[in-house]
Amino acid sequence: MKTLLEMSGVSVSFDGFKAINNLSFRIGEPELRAIIGPNGAGKTTFMDIITGKTRPDEGTVIYGEKSISLLKMSESQIAMAGVGRKFQKPTVFEAQSVRENLAMALKNKRGPFDVLLYRKTKRGAERIEELAEIIGLTDSLPRIAGELSHGQKQWLEIGMLLAQDPRLLLVDEPAAGMTPAEREHTTDLLKRAAEKHAVVVVEHDMEFIRRLDCRVTVLCEGSVLAEGSLDHVTSNPEVIEVYLGR
Amino acid sequence: MTRTFLTQNRSVFWFLLALGIFALIVTVLSEAAGNGMISTSFVKTLGKTLCLMLVAVAMDVVWGYTGILSLGHMAFFGLGGYMIGMWLMYARTEIIVTESLLAAALPPTPQEIHDSIGTQIFGVVGSSQFPAIWIFAHSFWLQIAMVVLVPGLLALVFGWLAFRSRVTGVYLSILTQAMTLALSLYLFQNESGLRGNNGLSGLQNLPGLDDVPQSTLSIAFFWASAAALGLGYVLFAWVTSGKFGSVIRGIRDNESRVRFLGYHVEGYKLFVFTLTGIVAGIAGALYYPQAGIINPNEIAPIASIYLAVWVAIGGRGRLYGAALGAALVSLLSSWFTSGAVPSVPLGFYTIQWTDWWLVLLGVSFVAVTLLAPKGIGGLFDLISTRHTIPERVGDFGPDKGARRTVEGEEEK
Repeated sequence: MKTLLEMSGVSVSFDGFKAINNLSFRIGEPELRAIIGPNGAGKTTFMDIITGKTRPDEGTVIYGEKSISLLKMSESQIAMAGVGRKFQKPTVFEAQSVRENLAMALKNKRGPFDVLLYRKTKRGAERIEELAEIIGLTDSLPRIAGELSHGQKQWLEIGMLLAQDPRLLLVDEPAAGMTPAEREHTTDLLKRAAEKHAVVVVEHDMEFIRRLDCRVTVLCEGSVLAEGSLDHVTSNPEVIEVYLGR
Repeated sequence: MTRTFLTQNRSVFWFLLALGIFALIVTVLSEAAGNGMISTSFVKTLGKTLCLMLVAVAMDVVWGYTGILSLGHMAFFGLGGYMIGMWLMYARTEIIVTESLLAAALPPTPQEIHDSIGTQIFGVVGSSQFPAIWIFAHSFWLQIAMVVLVPGLLALVFGWLAFRSRVTGVYLSILTQAMTLALSLYLFQNESGLRGNNGLSGLQNLPGLDDVPQSTLSIAFFWASAAALGLGYVLFAWVTSGKFGSVIRGIRDNESRVRFLGYHVEGYKLFVFTLTGIVAGIAGALYYPQAGIINPNEIAPIASIYLAVWVAIGGRGRLYGAALGAALVSLLSSWFTSGAVPSVPLGFYTIQWTDWWLVLLGVSFVAVTLLAPKGIGGLFDLISTRHTIPERVGDFGPDKGARRTVEGEEEK
């Protein structure tokens, strides 16, 4: 398993508050990793740093075989390099149809002129059908995304993430707003994605994480508190103290 | 491809049909080619209105589709007018000067002709030297190229500086206002080389076409404007349909989400801003020969605000809405300000519409924004059976299926 992403010594503070404090993190490809931590532990900021939304004050973020630094790249460049993200709140384009949402996310050239001259291809249409099948929205393809239920929006966003065909998937609370059956489906989906790619899942739901059956990183106050199997970290007294014991 | 494009964009077909019928009716009723029911000056007003509709459609793409409230697009419109005006003035003065110098004993040298054109054009600002920016004015084609290049370049440079700094929202609007204000103040100076507050005049007289009556010219310009509007409409309908349209509407609704999908948002904004700037310039180049005069007042900040008002009243986010809004409001505006509308005597006060028109416009703008955000274009939803965009946008949070607070247990 080769390393895909390595963060070391990353710190970032907002108005004096240290959201991330000397954080080091490494994930290989393929690998499935769950991240847990109390509110304010820096989980979202951690994802913001990888995706280029937030610039750290210090530290390095190295990505891929060529060991490129993500800190010098813009959000869109990072996304094009193969980092896909699913937000905590489902953020889909509500005024557009499910098909348009998926088409926008499909892996294609992203330049204005490429997109202007873009012609719909049979392969693209098949890929959209395929994704719609996976996320269970086949019948909803022509529907406007704003009409979907919360859970369906979650699915759509997962579909958009898969459509980008990323190497590193950052998934923030994928199971929120889903029924138990849907959560099981999500687990399978993430596990399957992790057979080839690197997947980082932030989740509150312990049962969900248990089913993912993967290495767990516990974040607290902006740095790594513990890392290992779920049983290992949940038996760690420090973890119990700050997170589970409350 | 055209077939699928037209079938997917029914409004393009209907718009072009309506435009064609309208142009034919006006021609049949004109003085030049018909029974003269419509005066030449009104044909010019209608031709100018078509140009304003074109710039409004461009504004709708920038604002209604991409979500950039530019309050400076009339600067590009005015620049286009200035660029064509330079050639018109130069070429026409050249003919007049050449004729008058023919009477002289010695045939004039090209330099003499050039100098006396300079004296004729710039005498009004106490100069006779051609400023450097008039270097291409002698050539029709070079100056036509300037119609596209100058507004396009200004939009490109301004847009690049603004978008790369990620200036958005109201701050960008203020910046575009500053741009158009600065440009108009600069042009007010005699040193700007475009005759200061005198502006360029006599643009309705086309060089070499003195024998052609204005009634014929007005119809020719009317058709040229209609053709430009039709082409512009098709161009923007094409740009805003398909995947590109999907991406720019995405930028309007959630810019950062589009970024995280890997799209370079700034590039898209710059593309739209520049393209619409160029089209605005072309619209201006057709407008001012019909208006006859252009001066820096035309690109004062208020002009661009009017443009936004037209689009808002017409209905953002649909091209025909913007076009209708511009037509309706600008025609009403010229009607109300012409003094033809009877005053309303209230006994204690008489409402003179020339003074009160702006109040009426302001009230209708506020009313449309508050009561009918879809504008005039929204009326078409009433007759259309097609599926329309639902009102529901924004996050409604987790619904019943959501379980987030309880951790560590699962429903069986």
